[in-house]
Amino acid sequence: MLLKNQNTFAIEVNNLVKTYKGGIKALDGLTFNIRSGSIYGLLGPNGAGKSTTVKILTTLSKPDSGEANVLGIDVLSQPDKIRRIIGCVSQKSGVCYDSTGRENLILQGQLYGMGGKYLKERVDELINILKLEEAANRSTLTYSGGMLRKLDIAMGIIHNPQILFLDEPTTGLDPEARATLWEIILNLSKQEQVTILLTSHYLDEIDRLADRVAIIDQGKVIIEGSPRELKDKLAGDVIKIELLKNYSNSIFHVEDVLKKQEGVIEVKIKSKELQLQVSRGASILPNILQVLQSLSIEVASVEIIPPSLDVVYLKYTGKRIEA
Amino acid sequence: MESTSKNFFKDLSVMFGRSMRHIFRSMDTINTVCITPIAMMLLFVYVFGGAIETGTENYVNYLLPGILLMAIGSGIAYVAYRLFTDKQRGIFERFHSMPIARSTVLWGHVLTSLISNGISVVVIILVALLMGFRSSAGILEWLGVFGILGIFTLALTWIAVIAGLAANTPDGAGAFAYPIVFLPFISSAFVPTDTMPKVVRAFAENQPVTPIIEAIRNLLANQPVGNDIWVALAWCLTITVVAYLFAMRVYKKI
Repeated sequence: MLLKNQNTFAIEVNNLVKTYKGGIKALDGLTFNIRSGSIYGLLGPNGAGKSTTVKILTTLSKPDSGEANVLGIDVLSQPDKIRRIIGCVSQKSGVCYDSTGRENLILQGQLYGMGGKYLKERVDELINILKLEEAANRSTLTYSGGMLRKLDIAMGIIHNPQILFLDEPTTGLDPEARATLWEIILNLSKQEQVTILLTSHYLDEIDRLADRVAIIDQGKVIIEGSPRELKDKLAGDVIKIELLKNYSNSIFHVEDVLKKQEGVIEVKIKSKELQLQVSRGASILPNILQVLQSLSIEVASVEIIPPSLDVVYLKYTGKRIEA
Repeated sequence: MESTSKNFFKDLSVMFGRSMRHIFRSMDTINTVCITPIAMMLLFVYVFGGAIETGTENYVNYLLPGILLMAIGSGIAYVAYRLFTDKQRGIFERFHSMPIARSTVLWGHVLTSLISNGISVVVIILVALLMGFRSSAGILEWLGVFGILGIFTLALTWIAVIAGLAANTPDGAGAFAYPIVFLPFISSAFVPTDTMPKVVRAFAENQPVTPIIEAIRNLLANQPVGNDIWVALAWCLTITVVAYLFAMRVYKKI
């Protein structure tokens, strides 16, 4: 059963096209599939079509053409059914001011038809999970940006949705608040087995959270894969080795030997520093160190630097993503 | 649309509760709505009143209906403002991605407007009583007064909904109320229309506020209301229906 679940798609998006008034093409044949239980990242700059995609999938907007279904239910013809199984945290905080965090959660639950003891327990549970105990009974006017986002997420999952949409959940937050939210999102994915569609223009966020990512630009998927795969396609990791002495005499010799090793793409030497471009740093490193040892070259330090999504983004869109 | 109708009243009660909580959490709304009309009432009764000939011995009795309409006119500006903030803050988006009867998002605000304006009206009537307002109206007449005021509030509230949904700034959302607040000045609210110049008089006698005021005034004085009440109801119902349909159209486009 578990295996079967992992192989089915929770969200299928096929060839979505959406043109706004004035001829601005927000989506231009967008296609992707999301596996059940995974976190899927949509990465792209402002205006790439991320929010439009989320709006269509959450029944807030209709595409000009194309198909989308969530858990096998057609988004366009059965919006009511979709609204029951999804949870949304949109870019703008949907929190009501003049109310406390707890009141917001109760209101949200009631609108999903929850009530009584069950709702009360779920509210307490969420306040606990999101560490909002201290703030729960205070007016949300006193909340920080990070606290508001936590409350937004709690409101988005109060009804135990199977699918959760997070549209730029950490935009505008300080690093500490972002790190806390990341942990919360990862835990949600693990413990509640929610399928999460996450949009972001933060590369580190996608790298940290997403099982798979689609880089989108001008309403199309430019490339898709796990963050690791995308980075591997780029040219793998860089292994940086600091040597104890300057081996300038034998430089050519070392370089040639290393270049012949499996998985090594390129070797650069600058006095005491050796830089190797390799396909997979961790699996190749032992062999490299062994080779160096056999040549009686002493090593001071070793570092594996994975390539960043930043570089991937630049390569496939030809531009840098503005954070 | 399936299955939403059966949730309509459940969703409405949740939305209504939310909106009422906002009203009672900050009593500002009711205070602000009451203060200006009460000040006007004091001003007209104790400053200008002596110089105004209305043909009634008690000027508070003459003045009260117009003051009540002014209070409602300023009260509904808050509906526009609240709807605008809901739209602006992404609360509409949240509600619309949930399995609820959509129109309850608006109806919650509309019901709250009826209640909060009702409270303002009662407060102002109590102050008027202190100032010497007396009525010989029976229960039926009072029900008639509240009925007319209720439909008048409903009509203006749906106009406020349009303003709130269509506005781009919070100031814009409230601005539409000013002309409504001042309509009573060019009516029989403060002075009888027969002292006005021809053109102004023609306007005053044919705008919706005058028949509403006359109907309420006669009901409170336990006098025959004649045609005024039907003209008043026709105006209010027409405005309600037209504004409601238009508001729903604007709402669907959001």
